[in-house]
Amino acid sequence: MKFSENWLRTWANPELSSEALGHLLTMAGLEVEAMDPVAPAFNNVVVAEVLEVVKHPNADRLNVCQVNVGEAQPLTIVCGAANVAAGVKVPCARIGAVLPGDFVIKQAKVRNVESSGMLCSEKELGLATESNGLWLLPSDAPVGKTLREYLELDDKLFTLKLTPNRSDCSGMVGIAREVAALTGSALKPLEIQTQPVTLAEQLPVNVADPQACPLYCGRLVRGVNAAAATPAWMLRRLERGGLRGISAVVDITNYVMLEMGQPLHAFDVAKLTGGIAVRKARKDESLALLNGQAVALDEEVLVIADDARVLALAGIMGGQGSGVETVTRDVFLESAFFHPDAIAGRARRFGLATDSSFRFERGVDFAATRQALERATQLLLEICGGRAGSISEVCGQLPVRAAITLRRQRVARVLGIALDNSQIAALLKRLQFDFAANGDDFRVIPPSFRFDLSIEADLIEELARLHGYDNIPALAPQAALTMLPHSESQRPLARIQQTLVARDYQEIVSYAFVEEQVERELCGNTDAVALQNPIASNLAVMRSSLLGGLMGALRFNLNRKQARVRLFETGACFAKADNAYVQTQRLSGLAYGAVRPEQWGAAASPVDFYDVKADVEALFAPQELRFVAAPHSALHPGRSAQIFCGGQMVGCLGELHPKWQQQYDMVQAAVWFEVELDALTQAKVPRMGEIARFLPVRRDLAVLVDEAVAAQTLLDAMQQASVPCVAEVALFDVYRGKGVEQGKKSLAFRVLLQDTQKTLTDSEIEPSIALLVGVMQKHGAQLRM
Amino acid sequence: MQELQQILDQALQQFAVIGDETELEQVKAKFLGKEGSLTALLKGLGKLSAEERPAAGARINQVKQGIEAALQQRRDALQQNKLAQKLAAESLDVTLPGRGMCAGGLHPVTRTLERIEQLFHSLGFATASGPEIESDFYNFTALNIPENHPARAMHDTFYIDPQHVLRTHTSPVQVRYMEANQPPLKIISAGRVYRVDSDATHSPMFHQVEGLWVDETISFANLKGVVQDFLQRFFERDDLQVRFRPSFFPFTEPSAEMDMSWNGGWLEIGGCGMVHPNVLKHVNIDSEKYLGFAFGLGVERLAMLRYGVSDLRQFYESDLRFLKQFN
Repeated sequence: MKFSENWLRTWANPELSSEALGHLLTMAGLEVEAMDPVAPAFNNVVVAEVLEVVKHPNADRLNVCQVNVGEAQPLTIVCGAANVAAGVKVPCARIGAVLPGDFVIKQAKVRNVESSGMLCSEKELGLATESNGLWLLPSDAPVGKTLREYLELDDKLFTLKLTPNRSDCSGMVGIAREVAALTGSALKPLEIQTQPVTLAEQLPVNVADPQACPLYCGRLVRGVNAAAATPAWMLRRLERGGLRGISAVVDITNYVMLEMGQPLHAFDVAKLTGGIAVRKARKDESLALLNGQAVALDEEVLVIADDARVLALAGIMGGQGSGVETVTRDVFLESAFFHPDAIAGRARRFGLATDSSFRFERGVDFAATRQALERATQLLLEICGGRAGSISEVCGQLPVRAAITLRRQRVARVLGIALDNSQIAALLKRLQFDFAANGDDFRVIPPSFRFDLSIEADLIEELARLHGYDNIPALAPQAALTMLPHSESQRPLARIQQTLVARDYQEIVSYAFVEEQVERELCGNTDAVALQNPIASNLAVMRSSLLGGLMGALRFNLNRKQARVRLFETGACFAKADNAYVQTQRLSGLAYGAVRPEQWGAAASPVDFYDVKADVEALFAPQELRFVAAPHSALHPGRSAQIFCGGQMVGCLGELHPKWQQQYDMVQAAVWFEVELDALTQAKVPRMGEIARFLPVRRDLAVLVDEAVAAQTLLDAMQQASVPCVAEVALFDVYRGKGVEQGKKSLAFRVLLQDTQKTLTDSEIEPSIALLVGVMQKHGAQLRM
Repeated sequence: MQELQQILDQALQQFAVIGDETELEQVKAKFLGKEGSLTALLKGLGKLSAEERPAAGARINQVKQGIEAALQQRRDALQQNKLAQKLAAESLDVTLPGRGMCAGGLHPVTRTLERIEQLFHSLGFATASGPEIESDFYNFTALNIPENHPARAMHDTFYIDPQHVLRTHTSPVQVRYMEANQPPLKIISAGRVYRVDSDATHSPMFHQVEGLWVDETISFANLKGVVQDFLQRFFERDDLQVRFRPSFFPFTEPSAEMDMSWNGGWLEIGGCGMVHPNVLKHVNIDSEKYLGFAFGLGVERLAMLRYGVSDLRQFYESDLRFLKQFN
């Protein structure tokens, strides 16, 4: 909501500076988003009339003008503008004037001719960014009057950021009422005279949907001059209210809307067939709107129609075929109360947001519907002439103003401050609420212009607002102290993240929506959760994996000459499942470049599968993981695994597929993992076990085995054999090369043997070792000597 | 007698110039060895009379002890020397960089969230969370925002299907938590939220932290108290001012916009209010008995102010040169 401060002050004029007034409104919940002067500072500029124009004797492009500035003697002014002519009225900066940019006008000699001032363009006065010659003022501009006074340039434009509950302030009357309530200053009422009826004609009005349109007022005005000029004062207020002047009739309806908050519409009677109907549209109907848009209608939409066709979207926008033009002679003026429920959301459906729908969907004062029509008629007759018929009014059930009980005790409980009964009564009075006090209780009837007051809490907010939020103290709450539960079998996310941070991973946060192609091709997800209204085509679907974001981040950093990039992210991933959406929290990491940062005394080696596998294992420790070779759309088929924890698949790990490496122009392969966060956050509360009293004995076993045999196979086999005294078997070396034939590898295992009762002797150890060797031999392993 | 003194002087003189342990032992033999000069004198004692012998013996022994002491002193000195040389040879350039891994770091938003959570935990707030694809019901209807309400347009919602949206705020978590728990309740809920909006100060995805306190004696004055306390602790500034302005949210009444004093002006920091009775009714909490306040803060906003970040979009670009500044 934009308005001129001067206009507001014609109704309520508190003794406050513009800044103080702005602050007051902001602190009352009517946030002043902007407050701009109408014109930049300049002075000593008056309306002048050019009396005579003579070519400058010494310059082709200059003229010497005689200029009347309302004094006995005209001024001689040299002017270079092409549009200067005898008889025009223009702004004249007098000697001593200071124009925007601290430009001082001095008596000067221009090529030997004295010049006593300057004729100005709009640009020179800072009122336009471009000007083409002098600013030609209307012919009735009063010569000698200062331009600031004549054009009311000492005014400020206020822009309010109205919240949806305060539709009452979408008209000057409402804002003035609010200012009066806040300051206690006098409120000048808007005087509306009932216009004499000089036309014995009415259009029949039929309201078929009285719920959607509880009140409809309309009247015929014949013989208007629609081509009449809109008065300058009206145009000025419209423009300062953010509306363009269109034509007198339309300007009048807009003016009353800005003034009273009541949107009006004018139809050209010559284009109507029969009477006016307010009804729901039918499914096959359509309408060409004033803005040129054609809309298909249905029963959800309330329309104004005549006997032949739909004329307008009720409360939203008129149609092209029935609008007022300059040739219009007879108009039908409409002022109605459309119920917010009948308008809300309808404009948005058609991609519209009009001044009218803005007001109706929030609620318009239904007690002023008829008055607004009278006001518009008054202005119409004054400006365009004509004869007005009597008002056709169809009134159904207006919104009920149910009384609300307001309790003093409750006010104290909600706000935390005690207001006494007289304070409450005084505040209600200032708000112009109709109320009756009964001890500590108040029975309040909300006014017709407030649609946001239906329960006690609403009234408490009104009291707090007027009392001033600043006047409510900030107090520490008092409550019973209890500790928060703290589960030890849940590992906090922060600790998990810290593990990765300690292992040199940098956390990123990326968008949860990604490009559809990334989901399909990289993540192998052909059924991604798609947005109906994505903000950009590369952010069209919800991620099913954190891989897309990590890859994007990797590429971003590689393009900025980073050679070693280690990233992780935690966040939700999304998938479809039986008409529902599965949302899983995951943790994912990616490593690229050297294992260690470049440093002296250590050879640089590129990060590989096993480096990152160790990171994943460290994350889960002390839980043990199993890795099973399995393909993934993004990964090298021979270098990718699924991760299992406690028998559950909890994620995957692998090296980026060479085709992606090539496509993304990477010198090395990135290694990536992704795991379910739920699996990571589970922890066991530790229980202490027995510590062996006797020292373990270590035996190393090296075996030759086919490349195809996985180390895990041998480890599992030895584990499952339950060999006596074997406390631990672990792989500690893998060897290929000299001494090992092609297609084979040598695996070396460390075996720890232990007994809880005694130190083991060789004779006790040997049978166990033999058993382990035997188990491995079943998988084709040969003991290396 | 003169002879004895000469031997002692000789020994001390010779020991003093020897720089090597082996040589020292060889020189020692010249005095104390089988053929040594002092040994010879000792052997000569037998030729003396019984009266002279004890006194002469004592004198020789005295000189012998003197030589031995000097010898030991010299041995120690040589060893010290040797150790000092060895240590000197082993010394390192301590200015060479250390080897091994570096540490990574957390995202500034995570860092901020942890700080927020710690502060609220200290006041006994529990943490709650909820889904990011949220039903229309929880995101709007249960929060007193019926279909077609103009407030829905303010939210610039991403739709997945007609019944599901990307949550536009963390407030649905309030509703879910109140459905599942009985008052008194005290939670915060932080997470990603989504709005169809993108420029230097708006991101289509950002983070909010939501606070909710429902109890029998919770007032608007308490809301002001808690929010002010939090902001002063978060920014570590006791002089930080917080301003509450009337505003409108369908799920709170009274509602307020929170501004914070910053560089001589006011900055909008979030919205808050007393939980609307209709919201309590939805979750079967008796609004006559219980009152509650709720607030929502923009996490990126807090992080930007705290760490001097100028452009919101930097949080999501994953530029290591940016991220590493917060490690």
